[in-house]
Amino acid sequence: MNGSRHLMPARDPAERIKNFEEVALGYTRDIAREEAARCLNCKNAPCMKGCPVGVRIPEFIAKVKADDLDAAAEILHADNNLPAICGRVCPQEKQCEGLCVRAKAGGAIAIGALERFVADFALSKKADASGAAQNSYKIKNDAQNDANVDFSGKKIKVAAIGSGPASLSCAADLARRGVQVTVYEALHKAGGVLVYGIPEFRLPKDIVFKEIEGLKALGVNMVTNVVVGKTLFIDELLEEYDAVFIGSGAGLPMFLGVEGENLCGVYSANEYLTRVNLMGAYKEGAVTPVLRGGKVVVVGAGNVAMDSARTARRLGAEVRLVYRRSRAEMPAREEEILHAEEEGVIFDLLVNPVKILGDENGFVRGLKLIKMRLGEPDASGRRSPVPIEDSEYDIEADEVIVALGTTPNPLIKNSMPSLEVGRKGVISVDGEGRTSIPRLYAGGDAATGAATVILAMGAGKRAAKAILEDLKVR
Amino acid sequence: MSGERKNYAILSKRRLADNVCEFKIYAPLVARHCKAGQFLILRASKDGERVPFTICDYSREEGSICVLVQEVGYTTVMMSRLCEGDALEDVVGPLGNPTDLSRFENICLVGGGIGSAVIYPQAKQLFADGKAADIIVGARTKSLLMYKDEFMACAKGAYFVTDDGSNGDRGTVVDMLSRLIEQGKEYDCVFAVGPLGMMKAVSEFTKAYGIPTVVSMNSLMVDGTGMCGCCRLTVGGKIKYACVDGPEFDGHAVDFDEAIKRSRMYKEQEAEHLCRLRGEK
Repeated sequence: MNGSRHLMPARDPAERIKNFEEVALGYTRDIAREEAARCLNCKNAPCMKGCPVGVRIPEFIAKVKADDLDAAAEILHADNNLPAICGRVCPQEKQCEGLCVRAKAGGAIAIGALERFVADFALSKKADASGAAQNSYKIKNDAQNDANVDFSGKKIKVAAIGSGPASLSCAADLARRGVQVTVYEALHKAGGVLVYGIPEFRLPKDIVFKEIEGLKALGVNMVTNVVVGKTLFIDELLEEYDAVFIGSGAGLPMFLGVEGENLCGVYSANEYLTRVNLMGAYKEGAVTPVLRGGKVVVVGAGNVAMDSARTARRLGAEVRLVYRRSRAEMPAREEEILHAEEEGVIFDLLVNPVKILGDENGFVRGLKLIKMRLGEPDASGRRSPVPIEDSEYDIEADEVIVALGTTPNPLIKNSMPSLEVGRKGVISVDGEGRTSIPRLYAGGDAATGAATVILAMGAGKRAAKAILEDLKVR
Repeated sequence: MSGERKNYAILSKRRLADNVCEFKIYAPLVARHCKAGQFLILRASKDGERVPFTICDYSREEGSICVLVQEVGYTTVMMSRLCEGDALEDVVGPLGNPTDLSRFENICLVGGGIGSAVIYPQAKQLFADGKAADIIVGARTKSLLMYKDEFMACAKGAYFVTDDGSNGDRGTVVDMLSRLIEQGKEYDCVFAVGPLGMMKAVSEFTKAYGIPTVVSMNSLMVDGTGMCGCCRLTVGGKIKYACVDGPEFDGHAVDFDEAIKRSRMYKEQEAEHLCRLRGEK
């Protein structure tokens, strides 16, 4: 009862960098039950306040403890449309687990690991039964959600743009209420960042596809190869559908703005990861090429930087990650940082690239870095890095991967000038996801700037609720 | 029957020159809004790469679009083996911005090799607008020239040149452009599309004459929506994306040397893929 937190079993680093198989192995039923037994089942449930979608955490954990996994899955799915994904990619230490009262008594309850365990149980069970993942689990039935109103008789149609976490979550909540939802995806595979961005070894694509199959089983129509703003326009969608949700993500990569950034071998993390994940460039005989091996330098220290560094390791490179602040300021999930370190990624902290060096053929041969020190805290509260004069030095590199974040893609805004956007082009919305245009909603990175899968899902859910409320009024 | 058509089915395939085929593809969503100058991205097979092609013709009624495919790499060689009735795996578009030459009156269209695919819809459009253009088409040799009759039908003057003199004059498109200007032709715009080296040569030539020059950049791409930055190039000292800012740019501002280097990024891998494909024959 009072033991310490159970670590998630993981594959051996020396072995796992040889392939793209999932690193974290998940709890066994016994470990899950033991970990669940550590939960104090606090009445005021502080953990729930940290969950952007409000999963009833102590309740589902109590069911795990009682070994009633069907009941646990039902509770989990009531609030979370993609739990197998969230259990793997949520920054739990900053959310639910960060508020757990057991943090100082053997460590916070491993809520993420338990969520993953329950969700995987549900997926495997559904796969056995029908191939569909989640259709039997009911949405939360409370007065606020007004779940008793079924829209299936009204033939309400909603379009969602993009097929990442925001749209999938929005689509799931709407479809469960009988709304006919069509999801438009620009790429040839549905899933958005879950497919093109997050690597296989952290989030197996099989799990994403199972979740998407589950949505299809709910009646959601998935249409790939449609770039809204080019193939179809928002005006057309608003004519055809009762409401439209924009969940197009934050797709535009930021670069350093230093000399040499267009040399061959310099990638945005988006491009590097898309080539490897979506296009399968890591597979033997893949048609889509990616430069591999040699010395790789990754710039940045967020989750995407860790994903890039760990991918490059698996493609046979010696990998160095450069970051202008110190370890404490790294924005990545703790688990990703640890896994990257275990896999031999070298961290070069308090340095910043000032120039990328090239050879006569236009390929990268190295970087010029400058040492930094931490100055006063900036507006975000983080201590801002200051360059140390005359501290430049060169390092060798064959590839450089720039992982500095992304901004929203302007394609939709450009095709719809009346749509109000804020700073950096993020779509302006109210607290429920309503944009400046009636019947048009937005959520996720498109409306917040680059954030997390779970925040996008929360936004998708809020927008679904607003759509249901607004349509009922009409 | 048209209602039963499979998405991305090949409706017809026509050989235009050695190693160049025109594919008419059923893609009603692309045909619905596409305009001259825009491009599409296709995948020829499952696990295929994403490759951009300029849309060289379209029919909204039929829901079809045409692309020219020159056998140069893995995907194009693979496509050349597909036949009428086969289907592509994926087609997405239209992407990029349409060509806008409306502010010009006396235009010279210059096409090199497969670049003819891009200037052909412009030639038709300008002819329809009553502003028929002079057209210079260049190729290495006679058998690589394409759309000859089509160009003759809609040009003010059509000029064909080949490197080996097997058709029309021997020389390059720049030689021909130079000759026309010496003869007293006045152009307020040159629209040049073809291999990077050819567009560079045309742009350098017209710069000396101060003739505004538009080029169409055929960079490597992955998503084609601005997400990856693979297609970036330097134009007037700034980074631009061929997919969303282009594909057309001021030829006098494009850093062609950089673009040429970037186009060779995967040369080794491409050669290997091609060997593998040909070895499987």
